Amino acid sequence: MKREILALIAGVLFGLGLAVSQMINPNKVLGFLDIAGAWDPSLALVMGGALAVAAIGTLIMRGSDRPLFDVRYYVPERRDLDARLIGGATLFGIGWGIGGYCPGPGLAAMTIGWWEPFVFVVALIAGSLSWKLIGERD
Amino acid sequence: MFQIAEFTPWSALAGGMLIGLAALLLLVFNGRVAGISGILNMAMQRPQGDTAWRWLFLLGLLLGAGGWVWLAGLSFELREGFPLWLLAVAGFLVGIGTRMGGGCTSGHGVCGISRLSQRSIVATGVFMLVAVITTYVVRHIAGVGV
Repeated sequence: MKREILALIAGVLFGLGLAVSQMINPNKVLGFLDIAGAWDPSLALVMGGALAVAAIGTLIMRGSDRPLFDVRYYVPERRDLDARLIGGATLFGIGWGIGGYCPGPGLAAMTIGWWEPFVFVVALIAGSLSWKLIGERD
Repeated sequence: MFQIAEFTPWSALAGGMLIGLAALLLLVFNGRVAGISGILNMAMQRPQGDTAWRWLFLLGLLLGAGGWVWLAGLSFELREGFPLWLLAVAGFLVGIGTRMGGGCTSGHGVCGISRLSQRSIVATGVFMLVAVITTYVVRHIAGVGV
């Protein structure tokens, strides 16, 4: 139960962060990605601020045997680079660069009550499920 | 012609730190990675295993963002005329790409890099570069959304 409550609190903070930083505005994101236009460096500070705080979490993890509410850390340990990682990142980059939405901001922006994020999220789920069905068969 | 417009350093930094705090708490208390695409994909998994926390995290995400917009109001204008079909293509590609590549801006870009994960650093470099090129093509060559 406490794990579930903690997850809810973390979700609220995450959503708050996306809204405060205006990452739920796709044009704000594209303003960063569009280096040939009127460049907006804000997204770099969002990433920098997030990384600085998240890194403290990594340090705490490294100095402990297990998290406070669970028996172990569920953190990816893979180190190898493979074609799926690069191919997936490439497709993601194309989709992100077209619309200015990645999954978090897309979901969070639905709360504005605007059609764009709903179309994005439905297509996102369709894409994800289709890769699960077709791409992961082997 | 290199100009800076619309730069909002303080709200960007504050928002970023809130996102980082969410990632820190989820890791230190629950031992979990705050990657949105991974949480969403696993939440939709059948049969449902240990997924209650994932649905609650996603609910919290909506409450946090919606709560802020409700309290502070919308601080930007909604863009108009972006082609629906193109947005659907974008979402579809993001859906395939994040499942195939095992993460998105939060999972690879924030959580992975904060652990100095080689896979995440490479993935983030690739999707950033590709996104910059794509935005250039869409906005300045195809002339969409400007």
